[in-house]
Amino acid sequence: MEFKTFVFYFLAVIMVLAALRVITARNPVHAALFLVLTFFNAGGIWLLLQAEFLAITLVMVYVGAVMVLFLFVVMMLDINLDRLREGFWSYLPVGALVGILMLVEMAMVLGGSYFGLEAMPAPPAAAETYSNTRELGRVLYTDYVYPFELASLVLLVAMVAAVTLTLRKRKGLKSIPPSEQVAVKREGRIELVKMRAEKED
Amino acid sequence: MNFVVPDFYPAAAEIFVAVMALVIMLASTFARSIARSLSYFLTQATLVAAAFITIYTMQGEVVHTFSNLFISDLMGAFLKLMIYFSTAIALLYGRGYLADRKIDKPEYYLLALLMTLGMMVMVTANHMLPMYIGLEMMSLALYTMVAFDRDSARSTEAAMKYFVLGALASGLLLYGMSMVYGATGTLEFSAIAQAIYNQSANQTVLMFGLVFLVAGICFKLGVVPFHMWVPDVYQGAPTAVTLVIATAPKLAAFAMAVRLLIWALFDIAEEWQVMLMLVAGASIVLGNLAAIAQQNIKRMLAYSGISHMGFMLLGLLAGVVEGDRHFALNAYSSAMFYAVSYVIMSLASFGMIILLSRAGFEAENIDDFKGLNKRSPWYALMMLFVMFSMAGVPFFIGFFAKLSVLQAVVAAGYFWLAVLAVVMSVIGAFYYLRVVKLMYFDEPVDESPIHAPAEVRVMLSANGLAIAALGLAPQMLMSVCAYALLGSL
Repeated sequence: MEFKTFVFYFLAVIMVLAALRVITARNPVHAALFLVLTFFNAGGIWLLLQAEFLAITLVMVYVGAVMVLFLFVVMMLDINLDRLREGFWSYLPVGALVGILMLVEMAMVLGGSYFGLEAMPAPPAAAETYSNTRELGRVLYTDYVYPFELASLVLLVAMVAAVTLTLRKRKGLKSIPPSEQVAVKREGRIELVKMRAEKED
Repeated sequence: MNFVVPDFYPAAAEIFVAVMALVIMLASTFARSIARSLSYFLTQATLVAAAFITIYTMQGEVVHTFSNLFISDLMGAFLKLMIYFSTAIALLYGRGYLADRKIDKPEYYLLALLMTLGMMVMVTANHMLPMYIGLEMMSLALYTMVAFDRDSARSTEAAMKYFVLGALASGLLLYGMSMVYGATGTLEFSAIAQAIYNQSANQTVLMFGLVFLVAGICFKLGVVPFHMWVPDVYQGAPTAVTLVIATAPKLAAFAMAVRLLIWALFDIAEEWQVMLMLVAGASIVLGNLAAIAQQNIKRMLAYSGISHMGFMLLGLLAGVVEGDRHFALNAYSSAMFYAVSYVIMSLASFGMIILLSRAGFEAENIDDFKGLNKRSPWYALMMLFVMFSMAGVPFFIGFFAKLSVLQAVVAAGYFWLAVLAVVMSVIGAFYYLRVVKLMYFDEPVDESPIHAPAEVRVMLSANGLAIAALGLAPQMLMSVCAYALLGSL
């Protein structure tokens, strides 16, 4: 076996097992950590395909930023695990039956014959000067500029949606805007009152 | 590295709406005191201006731009115009309703505009990527709008259901797209059609992908067996949002079906026609039977919408008979006519529910329509038009819509399907006529007078009259649909 093939199978097996653990892990924190492992292996497979930019982005953006944020959210939220698992056993037979049926059917239709190495010959090796990153950038900002710009608007929709649904103005807060606090003058705070002197009898 | 800057002219309307969405966002941030009305009026102005731009940039022939990712044709232009029109009317009807419930925030109109942009992108997509991105833009905005009344447990639950099921449907659609890509090696619709025509595509993988594509489309149309979200979302969402969901997105889903199935996968039409046949038959049966049992009128209209979408699919599935494509234009234009007339009827029906609702009161039970004739004979008449039209009583637009799809189905030789559809629509007439009976022959429960801003009253009357008028002269709209499709097929 070639070394490259060995690396591929090594990464792929770990990735599939980790992906399985994501949905079977009882603890959501563990599930999130297994997802990190899955992403990491997917990044490795991309490196094998000479897509180094995608691999690094996957590790940096998804593993580094998104999943860490996700972990924080999972840890902050007090998820009641027992309530999540309510009805699990009653749904299991039907769910497992449908799932296994679909899996078998899909395996029968797709199998290995259509996407095997015979059906999908390897592309010719790239030139020495070929840079995957440069090619991606070139295509992204020229041929695919339309979906690229639209994707930014989708992110805007998500941002507006998140802010709209979660931003709440709390009432009854006693904080004072610092600008007003700084601008206070003596006259605004102190009032001199003239009083008659009081004497003790 | 020879890259030519794309021609922006055909996409002028999309660019304009995108820029205006950003302008509205900034304007309502800085002009806080008038943000509510400012964003509303700017949104309406944008929709009107976009309609003019679309008419102005409309071209008779098919034009591609953005490296063939974008297509501009008459069908796209017509559907875009209908989308602006129905979104503008839906926002007009819903404004007072939202204000009464204190949820008329400027973000609502911003999201509505971005949703419109998403639908425009779907309508003009010539490639899987913009199709999917447009779909997500529309859906994300809709999920948020359903949850807009965020203190209401019911609408939050509806939004949650919609979001989870919508994400699942997006996953199915993407999986189907990836399989079609695996089979044909391209994501562009015309190139996919070319690959299938040359028989260079792997048939088994293509069929496998097709199943998932059809499932994704059916979810967006809300037809059996992907209809579970429809009644809960229609009932749980604020009525103003239900009005939005029930109208323009149906046109976008229709456009998605046309672009994916007819543009890209026309050569395997016989395969997807069988799938649509099962789906359409089941939707017509289940939609009409389940609607009878409903006491909530929003839920009833949801089931009626399921059956209407089933009827619309009847037109799409009657295009090719044993390799003969002579019926295609007629069948697809009847489906388009059905979609457009359903949107017009749906606008009026949910508009009536909004009209009868007021602050602290939702007219969402069928009993709330009791004795409407005594309270307001004019609106009772309008509701009568809507209900008759939806039931398919002759000389309303709904009758001609049903007639034309049934003609297409009979021409294609599926008599059993036509008979099933007719029997089911007769059964379905029961629940439409029940509303009419309650309005005219029962005593009103709620005697309070009907308040509505002048523009809503005028528009709702015009909407009701349009249903009757288009029913008297359906030829015009029908020939517009046929003409729009003729230029693109």
